[in-house]
Amino acid sequence: MTLVVNNVVPGASGRVLEGPCGPRKSQLSIARLGIYGFLIMAALFFLMPFWVMIVTSLKTLPEIREGNLFNWPSDPTFEPWIKAWFSACTGRDCNGLQPGFWNSVKITAIATVVSITIAAINGYALSFWRYRYANLVFGILVFGAFVPYQVVIYPLIITMRELGIFSTLLSIVLVHSIFGMPILTLLYRNFFASLPMEMFKAARIDGAGFWQIFFRIMIPMAVPITIVAIILQLTGIWNDFLFGTVFAGRQNMPMTVQLNNIVQTTTGVREYNVHMAATILTAAVPLIVYFISGKWFVRGIAAGAVKG
Amino acid sequence: MNMSEHSVSIRDLTLDYGNTRVLENLNLDIEQGEFIVLLGPSGCGKSTLLNCIAGLMDISDGQIHIDNRNVTWEEPKDRGIGMVFQSYALYPQMTVEKNLSFGLKVAGYKKDEIQRRVARAAEILQMEELLQRKPVELSGGQRQRVAIGRALVREAKVFLFDEPLSNLDAKLRSDLRVEIKRLHQRLKNTMIYVTHDQIEALTLANRIAIMKDGVIQQLADPHTIYNKPVNLYVAGFIGSPSMNFFQGTLQTGDETCFVTDSGTHIPTSSYQFARASSDSCSAVLGIRPEHIIAGEGARGMPFSTRVEIEIVEPMGSNTLVWTRVADQAVTFSCDSDQLLAPGQSIDIGFDPARGSLFDAESTLRL
Ligand SMILES: Nc1ncnc2c1ncn2[C@@H]1O[C@H](COP(=O)(O)OP(=O)(O)OP(=O)(O)O)[C@@H](O)[C@H]1O
Ligand SMILES: [Mg+2]
Repeated sequence: MTLVVNNVVPGASGRVLEGPCGPRKSQLSIARLGIYGFLIMAALFFLMPFWVMIVTSLKTLPEIREGNLFNWPSDPTFEPWIKAWFSACTGRDCNGLQPGFWNSVKITAIATVVSITIAAINGYALSFWRYRYANLVFGILVFGAFVPYQVVIYPLIITMRELGIFSTLLSIVLVHSIFGMPILTLLYRNFFASLPMEMFKAARIDGAGFWQIFFRIMIPMAVPITIVAIILQLTGIWNDFLFGTVFAGRQNMPMTVQLNNIVQTTTGVREYNVHMAATILTAAVPLIVYFISGKWFVRGIAAGAVKG
Repeated sequence: MNMSEHSVSIRDLTLDYGNTRVLENLNLDIEQGEFIVLLGPSGCGKSTLLNCIAGLMDISDGQIHIDNRNVTWEEPKDRGIGMVFQSYALYPQMTVEKNLSFGLKVAGYKKDEIQRRVARAAEILQMEELLQRKPVELSGGQRQRVAIGRALVREAKVFLFDEPLSNLDAKLRSDLRVEIKRLHQRLKNTMIYVTHDQIEALTLANRIAIMKDGVIQQLADPHTIYNKPVNLYVAGFIGSPSMNFFQGTLQTGDETCFVTDSGTHIPTSSYQFARASSDSCSAVLGIRPEHIIAGEGARGMPFSTRVEIEIVEPMGSNTLVWTRVADQAVTFSCDSDQLLAPGQSIDIGFDPARGSLFDAESTLRL
């Protein structure tokens, strides 16, 4: 064994290198400890209610009445979950959350695809095909992003009624698509505007037209921004309550509205365990999206950071 | 008048961006196989002109003819042009091969024809082993080669280059410059090349068009541009280090003579006047640093004087020396083997015939 005195080590070249050498050793400083401490506290703060919801949903009603809010159930049961999904009652119907879930899937899927498709085309046209009123159109769209929903709901209801599509799947999809448009168009326009104009010109010289440039050059590059758009729309539309209540109608009631109806039903005892299970089920989709997307998000951004 | 001979002919071209007029009544005729360089300062409208030729911009007035066809209203793809951009503008998600073949696929060429053309371009530009790489995996020089290849596969009659080398470092730039010259000698098609690097312009061009504020100042071969600039602007723009200028008066009489403001007489009898001028007028005499001779040879020149050296700048191949003549700062270059020091006195001289005289008012060459 070589004798190492006073942090003086013979280097590869035979020279003796004194003082700091090589990569810096990472240290757990006080500031870092503080940050971790804060993060752990914040996580606990938000996880606590979630913990309560989970344990409550697994308890029987008598056990809930005992009041030990944080305890793990003595005899865990999935009965409340099954009830929430298949047979919880909203008024006279006792079909559980299940129909609402499928309604939400339909609404979210269609509206997400429709709004993203149109917004991508919009953003592309606005940044590359600078037609005459492009700036005006863009200005109106941006303005649209700041209009509070409540202001337009009543006129929209009347419009839908006149069109004869009020309380249909079409109307709720339409409303979500329209309201997603400003922010998504903004997103895509800014993304496309950050691409070099010269690439677009090169494609034009290569003979590609409006759609060929869009599908073969722009869309493959827009993958990261599309992932962002999908996350925005998926969670936004799934979590929506207001439009669902107003426009969807009984047939297409989304999961959030149905959850509310289940929780608000006042006949008989309040089944806290079923309510908790129903709430977790409703929140599950955005939660899963967030969990999965975190990874994809980073991957998508990294893959997209390709400047030719 | 035979106008149908030109490879590219731009007639009375005018272009406005909204209310600002960038190009006005611009005329330019380019011969088949010619290498034309558009040279000018930033913002003078070089890229705009190139974009107009390519059809990427709607022009306000005038006509553009390519290969004896009026293409003014035609789409870029139908004009028979290939274009190379400063930022390479490669499609980042496609491999080099796909980048090269994209335009051909869009145009509906057969597979073996596409393969033949891609292979040929790859051979000419020596990038066969790069074909399966993506643009991110290439160096700047390789990317620009791919961009040139993309223009090559189109087998276009006319190539347009918009500052293709200005994103590269000095070494690569001179390598690729030679490669472009070689390409032109091999393909012999018309090339229009935009740059603001005068070395590129002087080395590559058959003819250089010097532009300023959307107007072509002079269109001539590099030798003429360098030795007989038509006006003060061109004289000052071309040449590095730039030309020395003396303000003064041109005295006509038995012998024309240029008198500087400080009273120094410089005989100009050997000067070839572009236009006969009868009256004396205020004028500017320009002389290039390379045309000033220092040391023994200076005495034999039509004009010579003894000066004190102020600053010495060794540039490697030669040395740039700063001094004063007739109360004006003057630079001249001399052999780098000559040992010079500030404060030292030296004889310098020049032949005004190698210089340029300009009318001080109109700034035109006399
Ligand atoms: N989209 C535009 N809208 C308005 N004016 C523009 C636009 N593009 C260019 N211009 C103006 O037109 C003039 C010419 O621009 P151009 O890009 O042709 O210059 P350039 O000679 O290529 O310069 P550089 O060497 O910097 O590339 C400039 O004054 C510029 O401000
Ligand atoms: Mg330019």
